[in-house]
Amino acid sequence: MKKHRVALWLLKVAAVCFILFVIIGPLIGVVLWSFAIKWYWPHIIPQVMGVRYWMDVFHRGRVLDSILLSLEIASIVVVLSLVIAAPAAYGFSRYKLPLEKFLLVIFLMPQAFPQLPIFINIAAVFARHSLTGNMWGIIFVHTMASLVFSVWIITATFRSIPEELEQAALNLGASRFKTFFTITLPLAIPGLIASAIFVFLWSMGEFTGAFFIGAPYIQTAPVMMYTAAMGYNMQTASVVALILMIPSIAFMIIIEKYLKAEYIGGLGG
Amino acid sequence: MVKVTLQEVTKRFGKTTAVNRISVEIEKGEFIVLLGPSGCGKTTLLRCISGLEKVTEGRILFNEGDVTNLPPKDRNISMVFQNYAVWPHLKVKDNIGFPLKIKKKPTQEIETKVKWASEMLGITELLDRYPHQLSGGQRQRVAVARAIVMEPEVLLMDEPLSNLDALLRVKMRSEIKKLQESLKVTTIYVTHDQVEAMTMGDRIAVLKDGKLQQIGGSNEIYHKPTNLFVAGFIGSPQMNFINVEVKEEENILIVATSGLEIPLPPAIPIKKSEYILGIRPEDIHIKELPNSTRVTGEIYFVEALRSDTVLHVNTDFGKLVVKIPGDFDAKEGENISLYIDNSKIHLFEKESELSIL
Repeated sequence: MKKHRVALWLLKVAAVCFILFVIIGPLIGVVLWSFAIKWYWPHIIPQVMGVRYWMDVFHRGRVLDSILLSLEIASIVVVLSLVIAAPAAYGFSRYKLPLEKFLLVIFLMPQAFPQLPIFINIAAVFARHSLTGNMWGIIFVHTMASLVFSVWIITATFRSIPEELEQAALNLGASRFKTFFTITLPLAIPGLIASAIFVFLWSMGEFTGAFFIGAPYIQTAPVMMYTAAMGYNMQTASVVALILMIPSIAFMIIIEKYLKAEYIGGLGG
Repeated sequence: MVKVTLQEVTKRFGKTTAVNRISVEIEKGEFIVLLGPSGCGKTTLLRCISGLEKVTEGRILFNEGDVTNLPPKDRNISMVFQNYAVWPHLKVKDNIGFPLKIKKKPTQEIETKVKWASEMLGITELLDRYPHQLSGGQRQRVAVARAIVMEPEVLLMDEPLSNLDALLRVKMRSEIKKLQESLKVTTIYVTHDQVEAMTMGDRIAVLKDGKLQQIGGSNEIYHKPTNLFVAGFIGSPQMNFINVEVKEEENILIVATSGLEIPLPPAIPIKKSEYILGIRPEDIHIKELPNSTRVTGEIYFVEALRSDTVLHVNTDFGKLVVKIPGDFDAKEGENISLYIDNSKIHLFEKESELSIL
């Protein structure tokens, strides 16, 4: 009996260690690299460590610029995708549109094919209209591709809001316009936030499109990371990778804290 | 207060006709109940009056004004929904105050009115809560307060009590009725519950398959149903129906089937021979009374409710359900003599299902 319990305990510990290793293991490597000044095989930890590359990020223009550029692009993409997706999603959720299924599939298209050929072709088209090598080209493709997430997420959100909540407002003297802004939109905020976070993170991490359309004139953070790693500058790549994790973690905390299901739980009754 | 007039109102969804040429005049301050089984078109009719559905044909008048094509917001009506439809992102006071805020009333007036409405419904201490902190009954009160706060011309209620538990339903029934009486607002109330209809409505409109079957006070609906459907739908337990023939014997018309012969009062217009006899369970007695017809049968099942007792009796002409007051300790399988009150029988034409007595 006792033996059995010890064995079980050991098994649990082993399982936890394994999970931790899978999740945290790669992270440890990245963290070590970001602080390494000299690290040659076969040493397990870097021979010389320091914060030099971290300082570089905040002093040397190129790295900091790429992060700021990514933030800027992602923010604009979020705004654009919400402005386009929210009305479209409202239409999909409330009205019987002709070709509704077809239109929804159209929004899926940019994600339905391998990214590489799509972005190469887009880059070729954009080049003719001088949309390559600048921020707006990237914003354009990011917005287009991210509409997949935002339209589908927001459509689902609007559909989850009972129509009777709107009808009650219509009955009590509100116009359709007023009803949308006082009732529907506030109730859809959790879905809008979820969509915004998703789009933001996707844009922050997107590489292929940013690479083909932006490079070599402008570099977003993922592209910067890639070129640094290609040039064996693992330290810079690691620092950028760690910094890119910050928004993801921050948003996870926000979702965990504020997007409680009970907020929507009161819907309908 | 307005008088609501429906003229031949028809609503079609594609090929199905949900509401079929309904004409009703609802008086100022009247409490009218639209009653019928699910799918009879009662909710659709209510939504046509509210403006949430466009009528296909016919007209709706408030007093003399034609509102048939007005959007809901211009009709000065308010509606209480079955599942309350209180807005989860607004506090109770903002829910109630919404109709006034939309009309851009001054803050002072909104506050006074919200206070008044919440006092009417007894929810003053809930004003700062959110709907998810309320019980179902409290949410329903918020929905009613929100509906009366702007003192609408017409109050529409779509099965407002059907999501509440039985005890609360009985309580809210009287409260809503009293509230309506004190506000004197013309009220149209939809329900499938005949008890709600009988207890609350000044008049009841019985609907089936989108058609108006009968409209009248509870007394009229119960004692003088115009057809087989109304007779069977109103009353619990249901009216007994027996297939009979009408014959003439010694210059008296009688209805007859095996084991049953009941004389009919004179001057009944009889044309054919096949009829359906209707008799309510409480019009069959276990003690002999004058002008009654004796039948015998075997007790098949006893529902001892103690306030009254419902007997299911097998007779030669089929099953009879009998309701007698108080305790009656009968054993299943026993034989029993029953007395049908001859003056209380109903007679329906078998083909047209219309009442002739």
